[in-house]
Amino acid sequence: MLKFLCSALVALTLATPAFSINPGEMFEDPAQEARAREIGRQLRCMVCQNQSIFDSNAGLANDLRVLVRERMLEGDTDDEVLSYVADRYGDYVLLEPTKSAKNAILWLTPAGALIFGLLGFALYIRQRKEPQAVEALTDADRAAAKHLLKQRDSKP
Amino acid sequence: MYAEIGHFALILALVAAVLQSVIPIWGVRAENAAAMRFADNAAQIQFLGVAVAFAMLTRAYVVSDFSLVNVAMNSHSAKPMLYKVTGVWANHEGSMLLWVLILTLFGVLISIFGRSVPVTMRSVVLAVQAMIGVAFLLFILLTSNPFDRLPNPPLDGQGMNPLLQDIGVALHPPLLYLGYVGFSTAFSFAVAALVRGQVDPSWARWMRPWVLLAWAGLTAGIALGSWWAYYELGWGGFWFWDPVENASFMPWLLGTALLHSAIVVEKRASLLAWTILLAILTFALSLIGTFLVRSGILSSVHAFANDPERGVFILLILCIAIGGALTLFAARTNKLTEGGYFAMVSREGGLLLNNVLLSAATAIVFVGTLYPLALELVTGDKITVGAPYFNQAFLPVFGFAMMFAAIGPFLSWKRANKTRAARLTTLAAVTTATLGVVIIAIFGVPDVVSLFGIAVALFLAVATLIDLGQRIGIGKSPFATSLRRMVGLPRSAWGLYLGHLGLAIAAAGVVAAGLWKVEEIQVTQIGTPVSVGAYEFTLTGVESAKGPNYQSSLATVTVTRGGDFVTNLHPERRWYPVEKKPTTEAGIVTVWHGDYYAVLGDPAAAGGFVTRYYYNPGVPWMWLGAVIMTLAGLISLADRRLRVGVPSAQRRLAAQPAE
Repeated sequence: MLKFLCSALVALTLATPAFSINPGEMFEDPAQEARAREIGRQLRCMVCQNQSIFDSNAGLANDLRVLVRERMLEGDTDDEVLSYVADRYGDYVLLEPTKSAKNAILWLTPAGALIFGLLGFALYIRQRKEPQAVEALTDADRAAAKHLLKQRDSKP
Repeated sequence: MYAEIGHFALILALVAAVLQSVIPIWGVRAENAAAMRFADNAAQIQFLGVAVAFAMLTRAYVVSDFSLVNVAMNSHSAKPMLYKVTGVWANHEGSMLLWVLILTLFGVLISIFGRSVPVTMRSVVLAVQAMIGVAFLLFILLTSNPFDRLPNPPLDGQGMNPLLQDIGVALHPPLLYLGYVGFSTAFSFAVAALVRGQVDPSWARWMRPWVLLAWAGLTAGIALGSWWAYYELGWGGFWFWDPVENASFMPWLLGTALLHSAIVVEKRASLLAWTILLAILTFALSLIGTFLVRSGILSSVHAFANDPERGVFILLILCIAIGGALTLFAARTNKLTEGGYFAMVSREGGLLLNNVLLSAATAIVFVGTLYPLALELVTGDKITVGAPYFNQAFLPVFGFAMMFAAIGPFLSWKRANKTRAARLTTLAAVTTATLGVVIIAIFGVPDVVSLFGIAVALFLAVATLIDLGQRIGIGKSPFATSLRRMVGLPRSAWGLYLGHLGLAIAAAGVVAAGLWKVEEIQVTQIGTPVSVGAYEFTLTGVESAKGPNYQSSLATVTVTRGGDFVTNLHPERRWYPVEKKPTTEAGIVTVWHGDYYAVLGDPAAAGGFVTRYYYNPGVPWMWLGAVIMTLAGLISLADRRLRVGVPSAQRRLAAQPAE
């Protein structure tokens, strides 16, 4: 029961829709601001439910946004900012998982699923046999058939 | 008293479900017709039991009976009546009860509208349906009883998350469950077919209306949830690739594949094993979705009230149902004989290819959703798989699926006329390219991804219209004849055209929303305009207002274009004192090309208000597309071919004496 109360409480506080980006922290230069938001969209707010720091109004998200802006002012490139944050907070903050060995299965899935599917499709189509065209009857066949029919009819 | 009636009704339903899952199977083995027909009655009793339980819980909410734990935790006497009622399923116990209510509703519908299905098949279908019922009724009674009493009832309840006090999200679960749970019928039909050893065109015809109904419900349910997120969460987004969204999207994707492969079974008696497998897996994904949401293994807004014990229970149900069905599948599938032949380039071939692409797309969403979980279990590493992954991995595959959905209808059944198909495809491609050039000339060159998106959506729309034009002979016969042919098209054909057009329109909306969205966040003073793309948004005033159970600040934002008045927006910021939570209600005005969207934030320290202004082009197209797709499903459901029981009704009519 207590656990339920706690989780309900957490869910309630976290789902608060409110304002994430606070105008005070924004850059004057629109291009720089756009870059900051682009980076913000790729970082996860760790105390939130699947929100980026750009979308979240949690205190931590705010701190991270300020950190991102500081790193940008230091002259970091986008990737440098991302790895700076990931080095300190872990890969969990990256909304786009790294293309590293531990994520190999994840990143190979799209191509794998497609190839596997198309291969299956090709094999299925190939293993199917087209129905053979019926060969025309020879005169001998016709005579034999007629003979059989006559035999059947003549029976009582 | 009433709550106890509900509790007893639930136990009665469980008893009916147990009998329903045993007696008809015995009846089929012993060739006892009465035992088989018992399934129909049991399904009705089972539904009645759950319906009474549901009504009793609803009553408890309506009269605010806070002696029930469930009501005390999730309701409040000051809540408007509408949200007292919808509050019934805005919590774990109630939503599971709704789950079972819809499950048993499908059972009773099969027992009534499935009369044309031979009783030997129908009784097995209902027995399987009842087994799922037993599992979930036990789940409710043992782990999630909504009728638990409190020894000392509080004076008032704790209220309900104000985010959920909204009509969009109130209707979202019932529709979503109609889909989610509706796919149980596909599962039951598949298992029954394996048990009976009968997989043929008539089986596909019996199953397909149920799949169509479930699919239409799921389409509407997903769209409604997305719509809610769009106007309620207040940052203009509509799809976040949240695990819970993915959980509902996966059955939709695979259900779409199932809908199409069942056509091939019906027409050509081919792809039998594949269709059975799809039916099992689609419902498996529904169960996995239920597990993900209910176990709380994934953190999400949806995961209200979660508990590991419940998760284990659902996992157990999942393993037994899916493990059992797949074992049966493995044992019986070699006995299936594939029917008619079709060439690779044919309608059947196209449908199969589309199935492959949709399954690959499902696999990508599946791996993306569950990989972090698996990785953490195996290595302990915590990673996040967010929107960037899905956009890169899923969208291209789905784009290809849409392209083949455009070409597919050009192919005729069995063996397509390649010259004709190539001619029509070229015509569609050239038209798309021409329109594309016009769009680029007006709006400028977009990035490659958006360009691909625009091309795919346009191509699907153009190709669908060309196919419709061909079918009714536009340009070849007089216009009046074409029009008459159009009116006379079978409803299933309308299902195809509207379904594909709806998808194209929704896709165009998604691309446009991503590409041309304008967002401005700032502190605004009253009376100072802010430019948002080609428009100016001016905050003209903020008033205080009072709602039934909240206080609100209601703003007026005037939108102008070059000084000319366009519209007024009324964003609202609400405060719910019971729950001590704010919500934002975006001010949205929809025009054909997009939404004007304003959100009111906190008052700023230095005066004025924080505001978010958006111009969201294309967003209304997504909702329109989803509505059209849902209608397509329902229209297709009304097709004469699928209208179960029609022949017998006609016979009865003919037998009546003339008056």
